[in-house]
Amino acid sequence: MSGTKASGALTALLKRDLLLAYRRRSEMAQPLIFLLVVVSLFPLGVGPSPQLLSLIAPGVIWIAALLATVLSLDSLFRSDFEDGSLEQFLLSGQPLAVIVIAKTAAHWLTAGLPLVLLSPLLAVWMNLPAEGARVLVFTLAIGTPVLSLIGAIGGALTVSLKRGGQLLSLLVFPLYVPLLIIATNAVSAAVAGLPYTGQLGLMLAGLVAALTLAPFAASAALKLSLE
Amino acid sequence: MDHAPFILAAYAIAAVLLAWCALSPVLGGRKLIERLRRAYRETERDHAPKP
Amino acid sequence: MNRIWLFFHKMGSPPWFYRFSGRLLPWLWGLFLVSAALGLYLGLFKAPPDYLQGESARIMYVHVPAAWMSMLIYVLMAVMGFVGLVWHVRLAEILAMCSAPIGAFFTAIALATGSLWGRPTWGTYWVWDARLTSELVLLFLYLGVIALYNAFDEPRKAARAASLLALVGVVNLPIIHYSVTWWNTLHQGASISATGSSIHPSMLWPLLIMAIATKFFYAANLLVRTRSRLLEQDHRKQWVRDVIMGTGN
Repeated sequence: MSGTKASGALTALLKRDLLLAYRRRSEMAQPLIFLLVVVSLFPLGVGPSPQLLSLIAPGVIWIAALLATVLSLDSLFRSDFEDGSLEQFLLSGQPLAVIVIAKTAAHWLTAGLPLVLLSPLLAVWMNLPAEGARVLVFTLAIGTPVLSLIGAIGGALTVSLKRGGQLLSLLVFPLYVPLLIIATNAVSAAVAGLPYTGQLGLMLAGLVAALTLAPFAASAALKLSLE
Repeated sequence: MDHAPFILAAYAIAAVLLAWCALSPVLGGRKLIERLRRAYRETERDHAPKP
Repeated sequence: MNRIWLFFHKMGSPPWFYRFSGRLLPWLWGLFLVSAALGLYLGLFKAPPDYLQGESARIMYVHVPAAWMSMLIYVLMAVMGFVGLVWHVRLAEILAMCSAPIGAFFTAIALATGSLWGRPTWGTYWVWDARLTSELVLLFLYLGVIALYNAFDEPRKAARAASLLALVGVVNLPIIHYSVTWWNTLHQGASISATGSSIHPSMLWPLLIMAIATKFFYAANLLVRTRSRLLEQDHRKQWVRDVIMGTGN
């Protein structure tokens, strides 16, 4: 019986999580519906003036994305923790980082990517001009994986707690601040006709950093939670 | 604008917060020691006196 | 070198630490009171008003040391948390966790005093300038560490989880600070720097003395909190019984 390679474990786990997510489609859809509701509340709250909406559009859409992501993060590790599968992964001998990457990738595919795909609609609602909408999609495409990765650390830290979900949001929001600032700035710059590639470059650097560092932090947190 | 009320308020808030920070463990510690002292006395009473 | 190593080794033992810190405490409080009194006297009465800001610049003598402490304590908390995580030193875990509320208090002081400084200087109570905004995010980071620590039942697991969070936060601190500063320069344009050009010695001395006072406060407060936490966690052990009942050597 030859041992499973880490890459094999990764794809197997990714497929499993995607299948599970598909079976719970309505649950997966809830944060996305939340996203749509939150964004549509803003015009209701601040008035429909197109100039105002386009001015606050990058911030509003990104903040709504943060909120929606945080909603879906708690379930990243929780159901596997509750039925004991997480412990089995720990015992399986596969590096925990692989498991973290697989589950985070599944999370992004089911929670982050739909967000990216919905963003043009949100851009239209918030009267964001076309140049801004284009860059918005870029920032979300680069940024949502970072949200999932950093969120995985928070999810791993709180998975063993009963009310972990509430605490999770408090923990990850400060860590999301730089991403929010740079992403919204990129979109605003694009709308104003100013250069924005620097900001996108910074975000890409952040993504690379998160990809290399976050899985280890999350694995350490998982080991802690499973003690 | 007279700056004095702002200076006063700033130092007052700092003093209050520092006092709270300094006193809360002291008061909590006293309560803890009292509670433990009582608990230790109970267990000493429960032990039968040695002949 | 051997004596230093021996000292640290002994400190890892709770009863030893309890005894040693008990002897140190009165000195720390005394030094805090003396330096605070001196710093306050110099800052409030002897130092001149600022050329640009007038008297309100006196708030600097409490705002800046508090802000410095808010950042220093976070770093120390992360370092002690690291020691606790890697080498499983229980005392390091406890010191780290007891530092968190102190750091949060200093951050709150920095925010409140910064806000009150802002009103006469820039016209509004809250200004989203780089320093204040970073301080606010720092407060949220502290509250997160404290909340995570309190959420677990088992104290050592709680301390390790919260320490991990603190480490993640400390890595993010410079990133947050940099991004907020950058964000601020875009949105604020020319904002008055808090201390203007280089500081005159008559203003530098009160500032430094107050900064030293805050360090004595932190040390003293940290020891008080740590001693309390040690008694609580070790209450089943003989040394705690001896300490509380006044028996033992």
